[in-house]
Amino acid sequence: MEVTSSSGRLLFLDAGSGIRSLGEDAEGLERVDVLLTHLHMDHILGLPFFTPLLDPEVDIHIWGPISTTKTVQERLSRYLSPPLFPVRVRDLPSVTFHDMPPGVFELDSIRVTADLVCHPGPTLGYRLEESGSVVTYLPDHEPALCSSSFPGLVEWTSGYDLAQGADVLIHDSQYTDDEYEERVGWGHSSYTHLLGFARLTGVRALATFHHDPSHTDEMLNGMHGWLEARADGLEIIRGRPGVVIDL
Amino acid sequence: MQQPLEMIVLRQLASYLTIPMWMMDSSGDLIFYNEPAEALLGVQFDDVGPIRAEQLVGMWQVTDLDGELLPEADFPIMAALTRQVPGHRAVRFQGKDGEWRAVEVTAIPVEGQGKRFLGVLATFWEVEG
Repeated sequence: MEVTSSSGRLLFLDAGSGIRSLGEDAEGLERVDVLLTHLHMDHILGLPFFTPLLDPEVDIHIWGPISTTKTVQERLSRYLSPPLFPVRVRDLPSVTFHDMPPGVFELDSIRVTADLVCHPGPTLGYRLEESGSVVTYLPDHEPALCSSSFPGLVEWTSGYDLAQGADVLIHDSQYTDDEYEERVGWGHSSYTHLLGFARLTGVRALATFHHDPSHTDEMLNGMHGWLEARADGLEIIRGRPGVVIDL
Repeated sequence: MQQPLEMIVLRQLASYLTIPMWMMDSSGDLIFYNEPAEALLGVQFDDVGPIRAEQLVGMWQVTDLDGELLPEADFPIMAALTRQVPGHRAVRFQGKDGEWRAVEVTAIPVEGQGKRFLGVLATFWEVEG
């Protein structure tokens, strides 16, 4: 996921396989920021193949969640080291790691809020704000696990503060209701939960994301149709490679 | 305003356990106790909570096992809240139903990522008193 600020600043949200080709957009830039939600493989898989990482002319800043005992760099080093990858973290030319407890920080004109969300292991969600526009990114999120009756009270809803009133919510859309029943606690949402969360938080548009890899296009069309039939004024954006959302 | 995720997860865990559990936020407001705790405290959480810290004072009479009034600082929950250290002791207290009960109280400060103090988690265990 690539975010471009009004001034041209480039941020990447997570580093799955898609970041390899997006790396070409960073050519010629002095600085690039990568905001990791968590370190599950599907979110860091593309990092070693992100060509700016090996370019000494580009300052790379990687932000991500600490564990209770290890820094982001220490945690990523388990992947970015032999035998899984020939280049070690310490050999990368110009990379700065930022350990992210929940908090707020500024990246140029973008105000970034990071907070822990309900997913196995330390996992952050991000809220990006610039000039009154808000995008919330919760790619792996199971708010229903933390609630006996979902959606319930906002005070006890994971991710609520991050998503409240966002122009666009990019959210975990992994399961059908039947699939969810078999995978409670795996850290993902059903479409019913997704819609409930979007309504609870009062977002303007909902972009589906993190589809289950086993779902065919036909199945996704059906699931999106289900969402659109219940949207009731909520804009539904079908998440797929190449989608551009202009705020 | 949303609670920190650690507290959301703790509350959900507490709601599944048969051990009486009590949760306060970092300012000392009572934010949750579970159904087993309701039986000890003599009142349902939904009937009284959440409760601001200043309103909590005096809601439950607490003494040592000999019936002597317990200084606030000696109560494990207050130690966890004010000094952020774990505490344990046996006490007697009067529930809102008027019953006096002897309980073992264990309280721990809840610290989240980035050393954020988030509140207190306490559990009660009824004993012969």
